[in-house]
Amino acid sequence: MNALLADYLPLAIFIGVALVIGLALLIAPFLVAYRSPDAEKLSAYECGFNAFDDARMKFDVRFYLVAILFIIFDLEVAFLFPWAVAFRDVGDLGFWSMMLFLGVLTIGFVYEWKKGALEWD
Amino acid sequence: MLQEAWTSWLWPLLLMVLQSALVLVLLLVFIAFYLLADRKIWAAVQLRRGPNVVGPFGLFQSFADLLKFVLKEPVIPSGANKGVFLLAPLVTAVLALAAWAVIPFQEGWVIADINVGVLYIFAISSLGVYGIIMGGWSSNSKYPFLGALRSAAQMVSYEVSLGFVIISVLLIVGSLNLSDIVRAQDTPYGALGWYWLPLFPMFVIFFISALAETNRPPFDLPEAESELVAGFAVEYSSTPYLLFMLGEYVAIMGMCSLTAILFMGGWLSPIPFAPFTWVPGVIWFLLKVSLVFFMIAMVKAFVPRYRYDQLMRLGWKVFLPISLAMVVITAAVLHFTGWGA
Repeated sequence: MNALLADYLPLAIFIGVALVIGLALLIAPFLVAYRSPDAEKLSAYECGFNAFDDARMKFDVRFYLVAILFIIFDLEVAFLFPWAVAFRDVGDLGFWSMMLFLGVLTIGFVYEWKKGALEWD
Repeated sequence: MLQEAWTSWLWPLLLMVLQSALVLVLLLVFIAFYLLADRKIWAAVQLRRGPNVVGPFGLFQSFADLLKFVLKEPVIPSGANKGVFLLAPLVTAVLALAAWAVIPFQEGWVIADINVGVLYIFAISSLGVYGIIMGGWSSNSKYPFLGALRSAAQMVSYEVSLGFVIISVLLIVGSLNLSDIVRAQDTPYGALGWYWLPLFPMFVIFFISALAETNRPPFDLPEAESELVAGFAVEYSSTPYLLFMLGEYVAIMGMCSLTAILFMGGWLSPIPFAPFTWVPGVIWFLLKVSLVFFMIAMVKAFVPRYRYDQLMRLGWKVFLPISLAMVVITAAVLHFTGWGA
């Protein structure tokens, strides 16, 4: 077996075995449990009311905003990973260019803070 | 020919399957007891007995629960998108379990010793949001929908500070391999040489972010009983619900072991001389994981639930700036003093 396969095949097999365990648990009650569905039991739960509207409704735009902010910062963390691993090899240039990048990012962060993108009230 | 195929392919393959199955089964059995411990600790803080009927001291409670979940009627709401509805708990549980493939229990005791282990865990825990979003959306019901939105926003918010904490550890170690991270903490100073001491603020942030990332109390807003009934899991019953809960506990144990590896020296002995170094590393690892889990259980027992705006404020306005600053400080200290090189 070549090295790449030797490293990653166990990973794929592990996920495969986990999938089998999960599927077995998911399917089990459909095979063994007693079932008697009726219209009331299968309707959406709304604290005793009949559900009077579709649930795919409008939602607050701030959730969307958080998702966008997350993408920016998560990409940045992903960008920091190789830098952190190679930190001892990149020297002065690597250190200061990343500091510059983080500085620019901090300016953006301060801007969105002042704009109120992080407010929840 | 057949002999060759057996020795070069089939036997290693079978061995891998058996190892994976062994690790997963042991993991699930341990989680059954940690779950009981969680309930017992919670009960003890409130001066109750907790589960004590099934088996001695209620030791078999979790297995009785499993049996009961399997025998319960699975309900699929008529308005739900059935495929996605059933896929969601599977995704949650399998992703949480998959993270354990790269966790080293002892020197060499790891399923896949890949050199991008931390990146893999980071990716898997990012994907964890999908299970909850899928569950909340496909239920086609209002409480699950709101719970899923909240949960997704909460998980991604704390993901960012978790990432920065991991970066600061990587800066010192210089490797993404989890076993290398543990080996880098192997110093003559024992417990004082582990990263919880020099990176103490990051250790605290990691612990609290791990609570939020896994929707544990005091950050269990996605399933805030008093307002959203049970959040994204309202419409779930039987084993689909069990898979959500299982995924949550597996993820919590994953975070405990990650804390033990990143900050508490993984399988290393806290006291670095003779009688203590004879103890197998896996025992130390288990003790450290149990210690972190005990802290998580205690937090559940005596910290009141956060309000949603407080939660988002803590994540974005407190943890993010502090962890960003700590990454810069760690990098600067390493760069100018050459410490740890």
